[in-house]
Parts: sequence; structure tokens; C-alpha cells
Amino acid sequence: MAAIDVRGLTRRFGGFVAVDDLSFTVESGEIFGFLGANGAGKSTTIRMLCGLLRPTVGTALVGGIDVAKDPEGVKRRIGYMSQKFSLYELLTVDQNIEFWGGIYGLSGARLAARRQFVLEMAGLNGREATLTRDLPGGWRQRLALGCAILHEPSIVFLDEPTGGVDPLSRRQFWDLIDRMSAAGTTVLVTTHYLDEAEHCHRIAIIQAGKLAALGTATELKHVFSDRPIIEVQAVHPVAALEALDRLPDVEKTSLFGTSVHAVLRSAQEPEEIIRRALAAAGLEARSVTRVMPSLEDVFLDVVERAGAA
Amino acid sequence: MRRVVAVATKELHQIVRDQRTLAILLLFPAFILLIYGYALNFDIRDVRLAVQDHDRSTASRELVSAFVNSGYFGLVGYVDADADLDRLVNTNQARAVLVIPARFDRDVETRTPTTVQVVIDGDNANTASTVMGYAQAIVAEFSTALVLRAVTPGGPSGALLTLEPRIWYNPQLRSTLFLVPGLIAFIAMITAVVSTALSVVREKERGTMEQIRMSPIGPVSFILGKTVPYLALSFVSALLILFTARLLFDLPMRGSWGLLCGSILLFLVGAQAQGLLISTIASSQQVAFQVALLSSFLPTFILSGFIFPISSMPLVVQGVSHIVPARYFLVALRAIVLKGAGLPAFWEQLVFLAIFATVALSLASLRLTREWT
Repeated sequence: MAAIDVRGLTRRFGGFVAVDDLSFTVESGEIFGFLGANGAGKSTTIRMLCGLLRPTVGTALVGGIDVAKDPEGVKRRIGYMSQKFSLYELLTVDQNIEFWGGIYGLSGARLAARRQFVLEMAGLNGREATLTRDLPGGWRQRLALGCAILHEPSIVFLDEPTGGVDPLSRRQFWDLIDRMSAAGTTVLVTTHYLDEAEHCHRIAIIQAGKLAALGTATELKHVFSDRPIIEVQAVHPVAALEALDRLPDVEKTSLFGTSVHAVLRSAQEPEEIIRRALAAAGLEARSVTRVMPSLEDVFLDVVERAGAA
Repeated sequence: MRRVVAVATKELHQIVRDQRTLAILLLFPAFILLIYGYALNFDIRDVRLAVQDHDRSTASRELVSAFVNSGYFGLVGYVDADADLDRLVNTNQARAVLVIPARFDRDVETRTPTTVQVVIDGDNANTASTVMGYAQAIVAEFSTALVLRAVTPGGPSGALLTLEPRIWYNPQLRSTLFLVPGLIAFIAMITAVVSTALSVVREKERGTMEQIRMSPIGPVSFILGKTVPYLALSFVSALLILFTARLLFDLPMRGSWGLLCGSILLFLVGAQAQGLLISTIASSQQVAFQVALLSSFLPTFILSGFIFPISSMPLVVQGVSHIVPARYFLVALRAIVLKGAGLPAFWEQLVFLAIFATVALSLASLRLTREWT
């Protein structure tokens, strides 16, 4: 049985369709990435899956429970953590753990064991009496995650969990997610950082409430398999960009720092086409090489196409 | 139940940590009581009186003595010229001037009706009318004595029929005794509404509300856990005011403590419900604070009968005063504290308080439940 099974999920707010006929499944133990621009419908979807918002049409089974029929049952079985810190800043580390433990109905030996687990996981042993307000961002993030999984949920929703945290802490945070997944926990995570999305087993990209792409990172990159991406290091990048834009073989161009990326329509000797065009325009290029598409390329491409369709 | 306890414990931890709020909740009320208790005083004594005596006779001196001996006036001096009279009043050295005409003595002897004039500084209308009342009473008494002496020489020198007023519960008519129960209601209302209003909005503003809603706790348990600590705190605060008032203003306690605590709790629950309602509507702590303050401060100050008697308000305003819970609480509080009255004397007030609390709580939970899902 899939951990999350979404079929035809739709949510309308008045005349506005926030989530439009979404269908996908997430397997147990999978890390499922949820990408989309702001307002694409990510948060609305998560809120429906967490039992906070009733779907207008469609069904969603989370841990086998229908979110529309038993939202409270869903809430008991899932963990949720958002980028907005969910901890009480005026409480100590211990008091936060105790509070969330109480909310999830933990007590006695179980609470003590889970408390120890969270303290170790977040690296907060010896800082139990520290005010949460005084913890550095990365620690707070891990504590928030710890509090969200105190009750050992089999499915965890992370809504932009690493916003505003330094790269090292992000790295440590993803190590925790990997470990949770390895232990069988299903993780559905939304993020803005496309490098983070590479950690996900599968990625869904949504645009305007619709599922625009779904697959592993490698699968998603296949959209560029017959459309090579050529990176040009030019002396005058802007002039090179304009020259390549006029080329019928070039589908689109973009600036990546000081280099130019051009996506070609066919895979026939792409480097040659570019070199000839630059020479014809009298522009000098230090290097012209074919590069692998990044998830960022994929994301932009998918969003553009979905927007054009 | 365990969840309610978890929320209440957390709330207590936060209150204890947030010492500024705690201090405001506990000390601000006593502070307000001090300020208002000493400053708000309607009793007028020792009005500075100047005398312009054109007669300088035994009779005129007797009249002046009557004023001074009444205890309401203090003689600051005699003036002769009208210019001096102006100066004394303008420089506030005298608040009232008694002008006795020449021939006063002769008119009294010959039983000719005569007039004396009292000039009163009218810059404070309330004081002026009170002073006028004193002057009228003194002159009337003086006049009666004269008439009696003339009619029955050697007979009783005072009135035949005297009114002997007995003012129950507050024999010295100290306005503090009337004001302090009002102050208790006033302060308790403000602290209860404001503290509750802030406590929920704070969670919305910080984003912790979102997390709470994602967890398996229902709105009712959440609200219960949140309000109980503040109820306890407001209750302690109300008792503190009460004891301060007993210590400083000799506020009596003639009724039952049980009834008093019950009434206070009922009143506080209503006030908290009002705070909760504000909390579910307001978008930020700032808005909540202002709305809470305005909606508790003004009606309780103006429309509860705290200072201004409701019976002398225009009918429309009287109607509006019915939705001010302090109105009912005040009647009950005065009845218990000053009169030692039992439940039969004011049970309707408690019913109204209960109705207010029920309506406000229902509205608040309706709004919250709608927001919750």
C-alpha cells in the first residue's frame, strides 16, 4: 500500500482553482520532493494532505486514511514541520519537547525515551535548559523536526524546512531526512533549493495547481536528452547571447553568471553550430562545451512549458 | 484532558518567562487603584471662603460663623472692595465669597425679608453646584432659626422638625467606597480582556498556531488550556486589588467571600471570552491590544455605572449599557462588599453575567472553529 495516494485532488477557493486534479502516489520510505513556484499550490496540497483543508473534489489517502473523512486520524499519524518556526521561543528546549509530547499524548517512559532521542538527534544534549530563542538557526531547525516526530509518525510533511539556514546546517538536516527515510519513514518535502531536491527519490513539479512533471531527478533531466545544452564562455556574454538568440537552431538562451547557456532544438553537432554562429558574428569564445542539465534547468523548462500550454 | 494540561503548562511557562507581561498583569492593577483611588475623590471640604461684610453686625457675624462651623467652608479673610473680591477669586485664593448687605442686622430685627449673596467660582461645574448646595442648606437653616426665634421668643432655637438622615453602608458618604468596587471591576476587565486577546494572536503571529492546527488537538481543548492560566492570574490580580483597597481605603467586606469569588470568576470568564473573540478576529498583536483596550476601557469606564449613574443617561445609552458586563458585576460587587447582601438581592446580575459569558464564548468558539478547519 502506498503511504500517500492522491487521486484527482482539487481545491477551489471561490472561482480560483488552487489545486487542479492532482494525482500521484508516494511509497513508504520514499523522500518525495514537491517543487513549484510560490502560489503554485504546494501549501494548499500539503494542507489538504494534513487534514487541515477539505478537498473540493478528489480523494487523498494518507497512511490509508481518507483525509476528508477522518482529518483527526490523519493528524495523529503524521508529523508536520514548516519553515516558520513552530517552537515557542520563550520556552526551553525541554519545555518545548514536553509540550509537543503532551499535545501528541505522550507521557511517562515513552516521553522520556523520545525526549532522549530528539536531544541526541538534534545534538542538544546538555542544552536542555537553553531558551529556544537563544539557539542558533540550525539547532532550532533540528529541534523543530524532533518535536514534529516525537510521536514517531510514519509519514512526515516538511514545508520548506530549511529556509534561512546556513549550508552546513542544511546539509546536516538532510542527513537526518536521509536517515529517517532509511528507517522507513515517508517524507514529503517542499523546497526552494533545487540542489536539495537532488536528495529526493522522486520529484513532482507543480505549476498553477497542476502536476507538470513527476519522476526521479534523472528521469526529469531526460526532457533535455534530444535538446543539448551548450555552455559558452564568451568575452562579451551579452553580445553572444543576442547573437545566439537569433539562431533558428537555438530554442532559448539564458545567462548563468558570466556564461551563456543555449538550448538547441536538435542534437546534431551542437557545439559546431554554436561555434560557427559566434565566428560569423565576429565574437570570441573561450570555450564551447555541452553540459548536463541541472534540476534548475529542468524546473525552469517545465514551468515555462506548462505556462505556455 | 492531557492536551489541555499540556497547553496550560506551556502557557504558564511562557507567562513566567515573560516577566514584563507578568508584572503588568499583577502590578498595573494595584498601581491604577492607587492613582484612581486617591485622585478620584468627589468629596468637597474646606472650600476657601472670603467674606464681604457690608454690615459688620452681630447678625452678620453669626451668619459667617454658621458657614465656618458647618465644616464645609474655611474662612480665608474679609474683603472690602469689589476689586479685592475679583482678585481673590481670580487667583484661586477663594472659591466662594459670601456678600452680606448693609442693613442686614436691621432687616433681621424688623423681620424684613432680605438676601445674602454667594459668589461661587464656576470653573468646575461639579464643585460649584456642590458648594451652592452647601451654601443653600446653611442659609436655610440660619433663616429657620431666625424665624423661630421671632415667632416664639424663648422657645426652641432650632427647627421643630429636623431631618435626621441615615446613610446606610457608607455613613460618611465617602466617595472612595462608591468608587473602589468600580475600580476593581474596571481593572479586572481590562487585564482579563487584554491578556487573553494577546495570547491567541501571539500564536498566530509567530506561526505556532499553524503547527498547533496540524496537531491532533481540537480548538476547545486548546482554548481551555490557554484561558485557564489567565483566569487564575486575573483572579489573583482581582483579589490583590481587593486587599489593597481594604488596606488603603478601608473598603469593608460585609458579605460572603464565596459569593464574591464566584461573582468575580463569572465576570472574568465573560471578560476572557471577549478577549478571545477579539483574538480570533484581530490579525496582529497590535490590533488586538488596541481593540481589547478600547472595548474594555471605555464601556467599563463610562457605561457601567462606575462613575456616572446609568439612570441619568439618555435612554439609548442606557440600552447600550446592557451589553457592558461590568454594569452587572458592579451591582453585585457593591451589594456583596458594601451591603453584605445575599444572593436574592442580586441574582439577576449574575444571570446577566452568565448570559454575556455564554454568548461571547459561543461567538469566539464559532469563529475559532471556522478558522481552525
